[in-house]
This record gives sequence, structure tokens and C-alpha cells, in this order.
Amino acid sequence: MATQQSRALGRILVAPSVALLFLWMIVPLGMTIYFSTLRYQLLNPGTERFIGVENYTYFLTDPAFIKSLSNTLTLVGSVLAITVVTGVLLALLLDQAFVGRSVVRLMVIAPFFVMPTVSALVWKNLLMHPVSGVFAWVARSLGFTPIDWFARLPMLSVILIVSWQWLPFATLILLTALQSLDTDQKEAAEMDGTGPLPFFFYIVLAHLARPITVVILIQTIFLLSVFAEIFVTTGGGPGLATTNLAFLIYGQALLQYDVGGASAGGIVAVVLANIVAIFLVRLIGKNLDR
Amino acid sequence: MAHRASVARIATITLVGWLAGFVVFFPILWMVLTSFKTELDAFSMPPKFLLFKWTTENYAVVQERSNYLAHVWNSIAIAFGSVLVSMLIAIPAAWAMAFAPTERTRGTLLWMLSTKMMPPVGVLVPIYLIYRDLGLLDTRVGLIALLCLGDLPIVIWMLYTYFKEIPMGILEASRMDGIGPVREVVFVLAPMALPGIASTILLNVILAWNEAFWTLNLTTSKAAPLTAFIASYSSPEGLFWAKLSAASTLAIAPILVLGWLSQRQLVRGLTFGAVK
Repeated sequence: MATQQSRALGRILVAPSVALLFLWMIVPLGMTIYFSTLRYQLLNPGTERFIGVENYTYFLTDPAFIKSLSNTLTLVGSVLAITVVTGVLLALLLDQAFVGRSVVRLMVIAPFFVMPTVSALVWKNLLMHPVSGVFAWVARSLGFTPIDWFARLPMLSVILIVSWQWLPFATLILLTALQSLDTDQKEAAEMDGTGPLPFFFYIVLAHLARPITVVILIQTIFLLSVFAEIFVTTGGGPGLATTNLAFLIYGQALLQYDVGGASAGGIVAVVLANIVAIFLVRLIGKNLDR
Repeated sequence: MAHRASVARIATITLVGWLAGFVVFFPILWMVLTSFKTELDAFSMPPKFLLFKWTTENYAVVQERSNYLAHVWNSIAIAFGSVLVSMLIAIPAAWAMAFAPTERTRGTLLWMLSTKMMPPVGVLVPIYLIYRDLGLLDTRVGLIALLCLGDLPIVIWMLYTYFKEIPMGILEASRMDGIGPVREVVFVLAPMALPGIASTILLNVILAWNEAFWTLNLTTSKAAPLTAFIASYSSPEGLFWAKLSAASTLAIAPILVLGWLSQRQLVRGLTFGAVK
């Protein structure tokens, strides 16, 4: 179909994008790999020397790494569970006809457009403050003792904030998928007298399996890199309680000026993200063929 | 009988639906309300929901004390600048891949997408050092360049899917009529491509506006956009809840409206066509 001439033109048109993305991929990543083999302290310039894999052994055996890795997995896993389960329920709700549905839909997707620093600070101060926050007032009104969220349950606090931010994404995608569920299929199930629970499990959930996979993969990519929410609320603390991998590497680089160690950590983070990315790219690639 | 049952059903669903919407939206609603309170009312216990002395002084104070508009301008320049530059690079590429695909197009597209999956923290150190040496730390140009590269894969991908939908039949018909290549682009293709281009700009401006890894790490004051400015309320100033709320409300209001307008494109842009 494409002629010789149009192919040449096509190549010229695509070239700038490919070149830029290639540079953006290769140069910094190559530098990170190179730095990760050096002893390199930003405060002592000129003393860099090659130390092989020492940074990796140091980083990977550092208790802080183990802790931050488990924090990362806790954060990603919990947010995924909360957003997918709540997202399915909200999507089912919004798929029903009711008065003012389009307004409710706007209310539900709104958190996605709030910048991370704003949502984190609003939750931390206005809602979760142990004395003057709305949650404390609700707890007291119901006769409970208010929880000092960030002191007692720092990780859960971060999880709640991040879940609130990502709930609209899950809901919106699952809702879009639900709306493509064949009405014929629905009617056939109704005629067969399928009960609501079997209908939900065998027809709705089966139909949602693929979009749920997409939600999980895409969210995981972003959730592995949660940073701003931790930066403005806990600073990774108390202790290491809310330090995830991204935050640990940031601290190593820009607070402790350990370029070598931070680079080794960066490579570990890239490898982790790539494991997820492989599945996601495959899934998207399959869809591209259709 | 059946009719009455369905009315009751709709009433119940309406109630549950609005309740759920209210719960999810509450933090934003509460922030907007707090922005109109005095600092004293903002702290009051029990909280005052609507019966408080409404004031707009926080909005004035935020501007006076911190030159708020300078940060607004930084956000606008960085978000729109990065998206427009990446559009200039992406439109020809997406165009070529959609209209003259080769056997390598699929691989190229997927590879471009995979660059988006690299965690930014993996390249934080080299980018920081390069920017330090080039004097690009805390500059708008530096952030525009960086976010432009970050936007590029999504921009190309979205444009590609929109261009793909342009019916080739119309194109062929106009070619039969002997239309030249320039007029073909200007009069036939551009009008059909514009909605897709507009949606792509919209969604990516939203994403760039809220980007909070590079903006927090590479700016300190001069080029700090709203994400970084709001972060400065995290320490002692966080005690000023009404002012934090006013600054936050202004920071999210325009983008929330844009977001509501673009809710259909959101699914498309963020799932890369994997959900339809």
C-alpha cells in the first residue's frame, strides 16, 4: 500500500520522535548504570572510583531497602485491592439509571484531577488531623476515640490518600467496560432466570476480567513511583514506616548525596517496574493487532 | 404493582448513588468550604458546615504573601509549553504511522509506550546532575523539556488512535477529484483530525499540570509551579488551613473543569486502547 516515496517520508516524520525518546531512554539510564558502579559522593567531587557491584550488594542488603521494598509492595497491593473492589461496586452503581447520575459521575471522577500535593495536604490536615479534623469529629460523635492517623497508622493514612486519588481511574475504566456489555447477553440471562449473584459472577465479572487486568497493570506502573504524597505528609517517616522505594532512592541521592548508592537503587526500581511493564505492553500489543 | 416496585428501586439507587458521590467528593467540597472560612472557623470543633462567616480574605492574603500568580504562571507555562512542544514533534510521527504504516510501526509504537513505564526515580540522579551542570535546575525551560519527553509517548499514542479513525474512503474520494497533497491536508484531513488533536492537548495538559515528581525535585522557588508551591504548606504553614485551602482551590479549579470536559478522552488516553 505504502509507496517507496511515502515510506521515505514516513521515516523522516517519525525520526525526531524516535531519536528523542531513544536519547531520553538511553542517555540517563546509561549514566545511572555507570554511576551505580562508582563510589561517588556529591560532596567530595573528584574522588569517584570504580567499585563494581559493591553499591548493589550494599543497597540490596541494607535493612532500609528490605523495609522500603515491603512498604512499596504493601502500598501497591493495598491501593490496588481497595480501588479495584470499590471501583467495581461504584461502576455497577453508576451503570444503573438514577436521578442525577451524570452529576454523581462528575463527583466520583473529580479526585483524579486534584494534584497529588493538594490531595495529600487536604487529607492530612483537614480530614485526618487528630483534634480538628473531620474524621476526629465523626469518631467523637459516634462515641469513639479519634485516631491520630499519621502518628499511629502512617502507612494506612498514605494508602487511603492514594486510593482516593486512583479510585476514579478504576471506576471510570470499569464503567466504560460495563457499558459495552451486550444488552442481548443481559436479556438472555434475565430470560433464563439467572439470579443476581450468578449473573454478577459469571457474566459481569467475566466481562470485567480484562479491564480489571488493565487497571491493575497501569495503576501498578504509577503506584510503584508514588512520591509527592509521601514527600508532603510523612517525609518517609516516622522512622522508615512510609518510605517506599522511590522515596528511599530520592533520600539517598538528594539528601545524602550518595550518587552511587542511589543509582544502584534506581536500577533496582527500573527492573521492578519492567517486570510489570512487560505484561502491560504484551496486553496492549495484542489489542493493537485486532 | 410492578411500577411501584421500580419507583422504589430507582429511589433507593438514587439515594445510594448520591451518598457514594458525596463521600468521594467530600474532601474537595470540604476544602472549598474551608477556603471561605476565617482561620479560627477552619479549626472550630465541631466543624462548621455552612453556618460560618463567609470571607474571601484568604484568597487575597495568599496572593499578597507569596506572589501566588507567579506560580500560576509557572504552571501554565510548564503544562502548556511541554504539551505544545511535544505536539509539534508528535503530530508528524503519529500522522505517518497512521497513514503510511510499515511492518515496523507496531513495534515502534509499543517501544515508545514502554519508555513511559520507566520509573522517573531510575533517572533522577543523572537528570539532576545534567541539569545542575547545564544550569537548568529551577528553570521553566528545563521542566518544559523534561515533561515534554515524558508526555511524548502518550501524545503520540493518543494521536495515532485518533488519526486511525479518520475514514480512508473520504481521502480516496478527494484524491480521485484530483486534490493536491497540500489542499488534501488543509481541507480534508485537518478538519477531521482537529477534535482528536484538541482532546490530546486537553488530557496531556491535565497530566502535566499535576505532575509532581520532577516539579518537586527540580524546582525550588523561581520556576516552582503550583504543585511545588502547595508542597511548601507541608511544614509550619500547614497550620493555616484556610489559606492552604484557598491556594489549593485555585490550583485545582481550572484543571478540574478541564478534566470534567475530557472524561471520555481520559479512558482512551490512559488505557492506550486496551479498554473500549
